[in-house]
Amino acid sequence: MTEPQIKIENLYKVFGADPDSVMDRVKEGVDKNKLLVETGHTLGLKDINLSINPGEIFVIMGLSGSGKSTLIRHFNRLIDPTAGKLMIDGMNVLDLSKKELLEFRRHRISMVFQRFGLMPHKTIIENVSFGLMVQKIDKKERLAKAQRWIDDVGLSGYEDQYPSQLSGGQQQRVGLARALCTDADILLMDEAFSALDPLIRSEMQDQLIELQQKLHKTIIFITHDLDEALRLGDRIAILKDGEVIQVGEPQDILLNPVDDYVEAFVKDVNRARALTVETVMKSPVNRITAETIGGALEQMRRFSSEYGYYVSDEGYQGVVKQETLETAVMDESVGDDWHEKYYEDIPTIAPGDILEVVIPETLDNHVPLPVVNEEGDLEGQLSRAQISKVLSNT
Amino acid sequence: MSETSWFSEFPQMDRADLLAIRKTLDNGYREFSRSYGDIIESFFDPLLIFLVWFEKLLINAPWLIVIAVIVGIVYGATRSWKLSVAVIGSLLAIGYLGMWEDTMRTLSIITVCTLLSIALGIPIGILMAGSNRAQSIITPVLDVMQTMPAFVYLIPVVMLLGIGKIPGLIAVIIYAIPPVIRLTNLGIRLVDSEVMEAATAYGANRWQKLFGVQLPLAMPNIMAGINQTIMMALAMVVIASMIGVKGLGQPVLKAITNQYFTLGLFNGLAIVALAIIFDRVSQAYAKRSQRHIGGAHND
Repeated sequence: MTEPQIKIENLYKVFGADPDSVMDRVKEGVDKNKLLVETGHTLGLKDINLSINPGEIFVIMGLSGSGKSTLIRHFNRLIDPTAGKLMIDGMNVLDLSKKELLEFRRHRISMVFQRFGLMPHKTIIENVSFGLMVQKIDKKERLAKAQRWIDDVGLSGYEDQYPSQLSGGQQQRVGLARALCTDADILLMDEAFSALDPLIRSEMQDQLIELQQKLHKTIIFITHDLDEALRLGDRIAILKDGEVIQVGEPQDILLNPVDDYVEAFVKDVNRARALTVETVMKSPVNRITAETIGGALEQMRRFSSEYGYYVSDEGYQGVVKQETLETAVMDESVGDDWHEKYYEDIPTIAPGDILEVVIPETLDNHVPLPVVNEEGDLEGQLSRAQISKVLSNT
Repeated sequence: MSETSWFSEFPQMDRADLLAIRKTLDNGYREFSRSYGDIIESFFDPLLIFLVWFEKLLINAPWLIVIAVIVGIVYGATRSWKLSVAVIGSLLAIGYLGMWEDTMRTLSIITVCTLLSIALGIPIGILMAGSNRAQSIITPVLDVMQTMPAFVYLIPVVMLLGIGKIPGLIAVIIYAIPPVIRLTNLGIRLVDSEVMEAATAYGANRWQKLFGVQLPLAMPNIMAGINQTIMMALAMVVIASMIGVKGLGQPVLKAITNQYFTLGLFNGLAIVALAIIFDRVSQAYAKRSQRHIGGAHND
């Protein structure tokens, strides 16, 4: 288990004239609306505790007004909390002096904005190199570096255009290139893809995943779209009325929603796209290891099933059916090399496959599909019944 | 009976008291200007020297060169041949009708007033944009400056500094500076908050934000403010001439008192010609330098 890179402890944010004066009541757990009516203060975030691991995509998800945009602005102190701690690599970001904070923003953390936040009066390459310009890096060097990132996000040729000449998707690529250009290891993305149309959005998600496989940054991604959260997130925190109500891996949230609110959220999600085979499969019971047909039949009868997965020392070999073996055992000519002749024509699937991809194969075969990992070992089995159960479970 | 009189007539302050107040204030200010007038006047001396030098430069330089320089600036800012030709035409007409010297005097004082208004107005506007408190203090002051009849603030200025170029300059600036302050403030406040957040998030300091983001993005509004300031300065030329500012205003004043319609009309038209030149040039320049900001801010 790695040390978390970012830790938020007991973070509160109250908006209003004198937030400190109402903190006692907030900590007692006064209701948000009551606080607003009685004191005129708005409770933005309430007792947030999160730990975020290095190199993971951590998604904070919630509807509008849940405080997610407020929360992400705490990481680089665009907003200061009313109370609490924000530790990054063991250093409390809230203790930084003005100058240290500038340095922290320049080198450690960068941000992508919902409406892109590009400078309309600067060209694309100037925008991408903005973070380096602020650091007063020599012009030639910063433009060369910006050029590399422009190429990486697929915008070569647009260097001297202005943001208004680009489409939304292209503008957000500029935003992404700008964020990557400073080599900061923490990347904040505030609803970065929400303003894009669905096709471009999924393209950008793919690009982000692809980049992340190379870069291994710590990404904090804000979204109101659960499909997006499930697709990108290594872990997801669900925020409601300024409180974190569930943190977990995507399948935890899907399969074990902690309350009605989360459940209502996940109800409409396309589970087939969000879940992997791993999370749904059962462990394989019908393992056949016997060398002879007779032995195999024996094993199969014991677990009273019509099929079995033949597994040898080298791992998974194939599927055999009981009726095939019943006929084969009568045939005197069959020797010890019987196995390969009687394998059924059944495809294998990998534990990491997205459910949606394997649905057709699963439904086409009356035998549960064997789940085989990269080493060739049989990890589990996936049946039609399991798929229909997980997809219909609302 | 006394009650009805209270009801029908406004309960006025005692005449003697009112007189006393006026006397004390007037005497106090007179004392002040007597003892500090010279010091304050000498404070403005460098400005006066510059003003006189600039005016002499414009008047003494051969008219052909002056026209060439003006047209050069016009073409440089607008890249429009049409406008350049129109400027040559109007300047030739002004000269032919005998108003060349007065026009040069007005041109010089307007140029200096505009430069000073910009130099003072933009920093004040920036200050206002940065603090709501500053805005709430400065806004009513600007309101007073714009609505108070110019003659009223001419009085203390003349009492303090006498008659001449500097009091005229101050009067013109008081009248003309509000637009550039207001629009600098507005322009900076209208800069997209997400763009500002982005600049902050990447670690830009105050100056980097101001010069790299806020001022460039506020520029269309600031240019509109500068344009308004120039127009208002030109409108003050006639009033300023009452306290000894030479230029196109004085013949107009003479025309009013003597009912010389044609004299007034010609000099008035010369002011209009200057106004149009300033306006078109500053607007065309603003548009040309801001075309990339796109439809969001300009047009």
